[in-house]
Amino acid sequence: MFSRPENGKMYWKEFVHQCTEIGFGSLGIVAIISIFIGAVSTIQTAYQLVSPLIPPSTIAQIVRDTVILEFAPTLVCIVLAGVAGSRIASELGNMRISEQIDALEIMGINTKTYLILPKILAALLMIPFLVVIAMALGIWGGRLAGVASGIISGVIYDKGLLEFFVPYNVIFALIKSYVFAFIISSIPAFYGYYVKGGALEIGRASTKAVVVSCILILFADYVLSAMLL
Amino acid sequence: MIEVKNIWKSFGDKTVIQGVSAEMKAGQCNLIIGASGSGKTVLMKCMVGLFAPDQGNVLYQGLDFTAMSPVEKTEIRKEIGMLFQGSALFDSLNVEENIMFPLSMFTNWPIKRRLDRVNEVLERVNLTGVNKKFPAELSGGMKKRVALARAIVLNPKYLFCDEPNSGLDPQTSLVIDKLIQEITIEYNITTVINTHDMNSVMEIGNYILYMFNGHKEWEGSNKEIIFSDNQRLNDFIFASEFLKDAKNMRMLSSSGKIPGNKNPLAGKS
Repeated sequence: MFSRPENGKMYWKEFVHQCTEIGFGSLGIVAIISIFIGAVSTIQTAYQLVSPLIPPSTIAQIVRDTVILEFAPTLVCIVLAGVAGSRIASELGNMRISEQIDALEIMGINTKTYLILPKILAALLMIPFLVVIAMALGIWGGRLAGVASGIISGVIYDKGLLEFFVPYNVIFALIKSYVFAFIISSIPAFYGYYVKGGALEIGRASTKAVVVSCILILFADYVLSAMLL
Repeated sequence: MIEVKNIWKSFGDKTVIQGVSAEMKAGQCNLIIGASGSGKTVLMKCMVGLFAPDQGNVLYQGLDFTAMSPVEKTEIRKEIGMLFQGSALFDSLNVEENIMFPLSMFTNWPIKRRLDRVNEVLERVNLTGVNKKFPAELSGGMKKRVALARAIVLNPKYLFCDEPNSGLDPQTSLVIDKLIQEITIEYNITTVINTHDMNSVMEIGNYILYMFNGHKEWEGSNKEIIFSDNQRLNDFIFASEFLKDAKNMRMLSSSGKIPGNKNPLAGKS
């Protein structure tokens, strides 16, 4: 399927371009989602912890673990499947329909290697990076909401974050993010690359790519949790 | 020279190309003509390797392209330039980057030399001062010329043009035809053109292959086509009453029955 690049510099340029598109292009939406997820987690956890026997620092522990284990990798990757996945599918679909892929083939370029491989590699590099940022912003968003609404003080929240911390949770989240990154980049690339027809089919391929990616992310999430936790 | 030998191609139950053979010569404009759905584009795609024929061979300078390994095909493809029907310019790159793309991919030339070559080919297609424009900012004719510049930037031996005049006005079509013809002669390229355009057929058709329902119905030159007695070809070329009249007048004129009437259309309003 893939072959040796014809010109390393051109492939590197494409890889950097894809890193910018997938990574920095999605940073804004990831930041917004992460902050609000953390904030909502804090408020809802506090709402459910009504027993006076449970110390308030537990809220921070629950927010931390929920964000690290589930919200940052899974929810962010589902959003990325919509943002980056649909972009990949529609970009490749448009290139296929407008014969740009054929033009590359005629030039003697392995289009799978040139167009798909940099996208997968860029996703594998940038999505775990985005997930780590999402973890930090989610936890910070939880603190912000907790302090602003008077649920928990900043000092207690920070103290709770350090209690019963399991570093393996971060490793588990990173493993998930690598698997999800592969799904987010390869599934839309497949649907976009093999699209046939016109503009309508590009839209259909893009939608199908996002739906299939989301289902596969949830399925992989279940399998990985069952295997690794 | 490109030789096509007994090419067959089917998609599912439908046989699109049925045993077509032809010889496309260097330094000539070789035209494939035929109605929509006659298999012109599929034949061209078989020739450049975008489709694998079910049967038959395509030979470039006597080398069997269809039997080559992907690596060997890549080497031949570096000698092929193609002008696509929709131009197929890369949307995200400007004119300069589009034309420079094959140079950057396949040469180690410094940027100055690559830029000089880009400007040279842009000048060759009579298009200067558009280096920084994006494809979306260009007219149809300009896009075709940029695509032609990109197709010839690596000095190809073979040039394929899929309906180069589609969507263009007659005057711009003639400019593109002349340009292709000049480039073909200047660089001694084997040019293969898919077209419906009868102006192109008459102006630049050194060799014409007429396809009907996937098979070769007629072949000859633009000098011979007008005198052909092939009914299907005549129905295709002289589709309107006006053109039929024009053909009859020309044939009568050339046979001496209307002496001195060199231009049958002269004086008609």
